[in-house]
Amino acid sequence: MSGNIIRPYGDTTGDGMVQVSFTLPIPHDKKAEGAALQLARKMGLEPAMLVHAKPMGEGFTFFVVYGSSTHLVNLDDVHVVEREYPLLSAKDVNLAIKKTLRRKLVVVGACIGTDAHTVGIDAILNIKGFAGEKGLEYYREITVVNLGAQVLVPELVEQARAEKADAVLVSQVVTQKDAHIHNTTQMSAAFREAYPAGTVPVLIVGGPRFEDGAEAALGVDRIFGRGTTPGEVASYLVHEMTTRRGQHP
Amino acid sequence: MSTTTPATLELDPAVVRRARSLARRAAAPVVKIARSHTTVSVERATLRLAGLSGADHERVPWVNHLVDAVRREVGLEHGVTSPVFDALRRGEAPDLVTLAQKAASGNVAFRLPSGREAAAARRAAAKGVGVGLRTIDASRRTRERLVKRLGDPKTTPWIYLIVATGDIYEDIPQAQAAAREGADVIAVIRSTGQSLLDYVPEGATREGFAGTYATQENFRLMRAALDDVSKELGRYVRLTNYASGLCMPEIAALAGMERLDMMLNDSMYGILFRDINPVRTFVDQRFSRQVHARAGIIINTGEDNYLTTADAVEAAHTVTVSQLLNERFAKEAGLQDWQLGLGHAFEINPDLPDSFRLELAHAMLARRLFPNAPLKWMPPTKHMTGDVFRGYLLDGFFNLVGAMTGQSILLVGMMTEAVVTPFLSDRDLALQNVRYVMNAASGLTEDFRPPRDGFIQTRARQVLSEAVDLLDRIVNDTASGTGHTAGAPLLAAIGDGTFGLMKRPADKGKGLDGVVERAPDYDNPATTALDAGAPTPAGRAGTP
Repeated sequence: MSGNIIRPYGDTTGDGMVQVSFTLPIPHDKKAEGAALQLARKMGLEPAMLVHAKPMGEGFTFFVVYGSSTHLVNLDDVHVVEREYPLLSAKDVNLAIKKTLRRKLVVVGACIGTDAHTVGIDAILNIKGFAGEKGLEYYREITVVNLGAQVLVPELVEQARAEKADAVLVSQVVTQKDAHIHNTTQMSAAFREAYPAGTVPVLIVGGPRFEDGAEAALGVDRIFGRGTTPGEVASYLVHEMTTRRGQHP
Repeated sequence: MSTTTPATLELDPAVVRRARSLARRAAAPVVKIARSHTTVSVERATLRLAGLSGADHERVPWVNHLVDAVRREVGLEHGVTSPVFDALRRGEAPDLVTLAQKAASGNVAFRLPSGREAAAARRAAAKGVGVGLRTIDASRRTRERLVKRLGDPKTTPWIYLIVATGDIYEDIPQAQAAAREGADVIAVIRSTGQSLLDYVPEGATREGFAGTYATQENFRLMRAALDDVSKELGRYVRLTNYASGLCMPEIAALAGMERLDMMLNDSMYGILFRDINPVRTFVDQRFSRQVHARAGIIINTGEDNYLTTADAVEAAHTVTVSQLLNERFAKEAGLQDWQLGLGHAFEINPDLPDSFRLELAHAMLARRLFPNAPLKWMPPTKHMTGDVFRGYLLDGFFNLVGAMTGQSILLVGMMTEAVVTPFLSDRDLALQNVRYVMNAASGLTEDFRPPRDGFIQTRARQVLSEAVDLLDRIVNDTASGTGHTAGAPLLAAIGDGTFGLMKRPADKGKGLDGVVERAPDYDNPATTALDAGAPTPAGRAGTP
């Protein structure tokens, strides 16, 4: 199975070459360079080349190291979550919503907690969209209510009920000390409390810091990470609505 | 102000005049609203100037308790100071803190004094508030003295670096290190939640989210630390914070008293990006700008933010419109040209053909329109990706535009923008980038003249004319003003989503319940003194 074993590629197959940069909290001297090389070796770079060392501020040194990684990657041991639904065009999304719901799909979006960065939610919801794809507002069969930034959880729940939301999109971009996790679990708990079992809207969170596969821990239906396009979200919504309809006819 | 002559764009002076006159007309009705209303935060700021500080054991500030109590019993339309100083005169309490404590437990009966008693209360209030205003004046003189003794940065643009750990005691060594590495201005980013708090936290704080709370004690600690490092370095290192959000007037007052040097203070940012009620914002803003004017603080406006939501090419003229409005509101509040750090940013999609030329045209337009304002040039954020190598190059081009167009304050871009909070090495690499570009190319302001009617001149004129058209539409679109926006077409435009694509009606948004229309007998000694202007025409404490 050696076909499934790979190493990093510098300029020759199998050379294993990588480049790293880091700072050590010691002043720059011979010993500091030795320390950098020791770290590189422990990271699996053998041989390691120290190509750059520069003092930074008082008592810090910055290093750039090139080296051949002794580690091998076995592709058979790599497991990722593959998208389990087909990517649909805007037209097909509209058609599918019309067919399954026979009304418009209502999506309520917000940045919750202290996060004021609406970049993520706007990229998905605003007509302008992201990466050349128009946002959900552009879809004829989707009604979008974008509540904007720093929305309080009770307000979000109330709005979702008032708008009879089918799905709730929450974005958490800037976060510190796991605020994105606290905010999200608080949000999902509030929805479970406010809605009878089985009627909670589809809960979706997006943001660069969420871990793949953490849906259950956060109490949400789906997590979207960096680089998600509006089309992916729309396609997922259709997939999820169809599945739910199938379960509760 | 940069000593180099800005490159010439040959803008039509008649169009520039028209742009300013439209901005004046758009602002006038809003100023009228600002002058006829007060807010809980303006009243709290007034009490802070009178020396009331501190908070109860649940960390609710005494100014909040006292303003709430007066509002409950007599309302705020007459101003908070008359009932408060009347209560002190009647011997309800020996001082403001005791009065606030008693008011918090409902043990004070406030009334609106009349006749002689009113006059006496007003005199006492003016005396009390005068102490705070004199502290602000003294801080300004201290800054002027220190700048004279230690000196300003030797070159422009001033290098502006951000510190944001959440813990003031971590911020301090980082800020001092940044100053030693070459920062001329240190900005302490606020905790993201603070703009929506309707009170100012108290004391030194050690936990915040993506930033550190703005408190009087944090201001004092950081300014003292920067004074130490200023002496060590032989140049006055400036300190920046944020007079924005629901407590804009109070933060401005604290900043003035604690000798902060620059404050983020945009006329519409809170409305658009924090969904704060427009009327609340404009009332609070006018007061805060009057305080900044008196304190000799340079304001920084936030036009860069529009471009993070709207397209930087399509919406380029909204930046110009906002700069013109910010300038107008600032001048009306008494700020001078040297205090107007008008913002603009390098946010055009780098995949767009001619993106660099467009950036140059926009940056030159701002420089040319506001020749005496210390413009603040902001680095790319929207098109920064995890590709830090590409980001480093983009920051280099950003620096180059800054060098070629003679910008005054340069916020240093980090290649890890949108990835992680900057590493120590990121900051050092970013400063190397700035130094290389400035060393190599800052002389270009002398050589570079865009050719007549070429791409850059044409683009700059186009943006200016689109800005004039938009201002014209705002000013002449009186039909859309109803209810709260009646007679203030700018409020109607904000409600329509003209700026940054966000719709913010004048009767919605956070903090609306803190807005009160002034009664004919409204009295506020701070407002009276600020409206009358600074006691002596104080000089400028150095500008970039």
